[in-house]
Amino acid sequence: MSAWISLFQRYWPDFLKGAGITLELTFVGLLIGFVLGLLLALGKVYGSTWLRRLCTGYIEVFRGTPLLVQLFLIYYGLPSLGITLDQSTAAYAALGLNSAAYQAEYLRGAIVAIGESQMIAGRSIGMSRWQTIFQIILPQALRLALPAWSNEPISLLKTTGVVFLIAVQDLMAKGKRAAAASYNPIGAYLAVAVVYLGLVFLLTLVLKWAERRTKIPGFEMETKSS
Amino acid sequence: MTEPILRIRNLTKKYADKVIFQHIDLEVKSGDTIVIIGPSGTGKSTLLRCINLLTRPNEGQIFLNGEEITAKGINEDHVRQRIGMVFQNFLLFNHLTALENVKLGLTKVRHMKAEEAEVKAISHLKRVGLSEHMDKYPGQLSGGQQQRVGIARALAMDPEIMLFDEPTSALDPELIGEVLEVMRDLSKSGMTMVVVTHEMGFAREVADSIIFMERGSIVEEGSPEELFEHAHFPRTREFLGKISELYGKKEKKGE
Repeated sequence: MSAWISLFQRYWPDFLKGAGITLELTFVGLLIGFVLGLLLALGKVYGSTWLRRLCTGYIEVFRGTPLLVQLFLIYYGLPSLGITLDQSTAAYAALGLNSAAYQAEYLRGAIVAIGESQMIAGRSIGMSRWQTIFQIILPQALRLALPAWSNEPISLLKTTGVVFLIAVQDLMAKGKRAAAASYNPIGAYLAVAVVYLGLVFLLTLVLKWAERRTKIPGFEMETKSS
Repeated sequence: MTEPILRIRNLTKKYADKVIFQHIDLEVKSGDTIVIIGPSGTGKSTLLRCINLLTRPNEGQIFLNGEEITAKGINEDHVRQRIGMVFQNFLLFNHLTALENVKLGLTKVRHMKAEEAEVKAISHLKRVGLSEHMDKYPGQLSGGQQQRVGIARALAMDPEIMLFDEPTSALDPELIGEVLEVMRDLSKSGMTMVVVTHEMGFAREVADSIIFMERGSIVEEGSPEELFEHAHFPRTREFLGKISELYGKKEKKGE
């Protein structure tokens, strides 16, 4: 136990730096994934036949292949097509593109659940289709999606660990270095696990807070009964 | 003879092979209240949705104040801004308060300033007797209150005509009265209204003309007195008899 504490004491600035990178990866990946995922969800619900197919295809491919394969294709594969990305950019891209597929499904489910009747309501006062989507459907769908969608930031935060394989200096990479340098893999990886756990705990608090903040009186009841 | 505010010519709606209604002709004069009655599944609601272009008819034309709104290339959004619609299930925006529900169209569609829109929205909510509930969300309002917000939301857009699609069918009996009262006042104030309803007391008292629809056609049209006392067709008499027995008593009790 004391060995473990001294390991922690020795490497905590390193872990802290790594945790910062991990949070950055999570945040950027989540943001890219959200924007792209929202477009995919809207395309899948409201798009023309070919657009729906395109979106479905994207989602199936990115959910159906390992993130690591996607990461290696982007980092090691793209240069042969003349596109060379640095490590962080490749990591952001892979995480974002991958997360988009999952987020699209959370958002699509919620948009479908809000239903066609709110669209009719919006159109009936003369709003256009897109106005109704942005003013009426999405504000409700995003609230509805939030509890299930909350899995994604948590899952993504842990998934970012794979990027150490292209030498991004995230928490996992720092842990690997500490393990090698201290000859104490159990201690090092346990320490990393504790930091991950702490990050997830903080993230969970933020998500719970967001859920409370966006709550609308009587809204859950309404969507359940209709 | 002035141009009727709404003129429907030879309107037909089909889904695949199923005819919803066909060859409907109808004229509504400015300030009139027209009540459409008939058994369910006879295309009354679909007819209203066609007038509002929420559904496209297969054949025929609709004119609003002389302008053909079924013409090709017409801006549907602009047409709907001129027509108010009240739905059976209220269809309020669930994430907005009563006030915001009424305000949204004014700011986003009419592009009014926020303060101006708020004043207007408040006055319309007052008109339907909801000044005390303006900051409540739909989930916190009773069905009757929700429907009155729905009416205020449509009215705030200054429509040329108001369509009501069974506005009281989803309400508990004790809440029907408050909604009908608002509609009665509205009719008296000179609003042009087309109302699909089973409320025979309301039809009798308020309608300038009643239309009896069955199996996708207009069977008979006339003043309340003509239809209730001297209907031409046995089918009209039979329907009115049944429905008055069912709904008329309930309404009397409520009053």
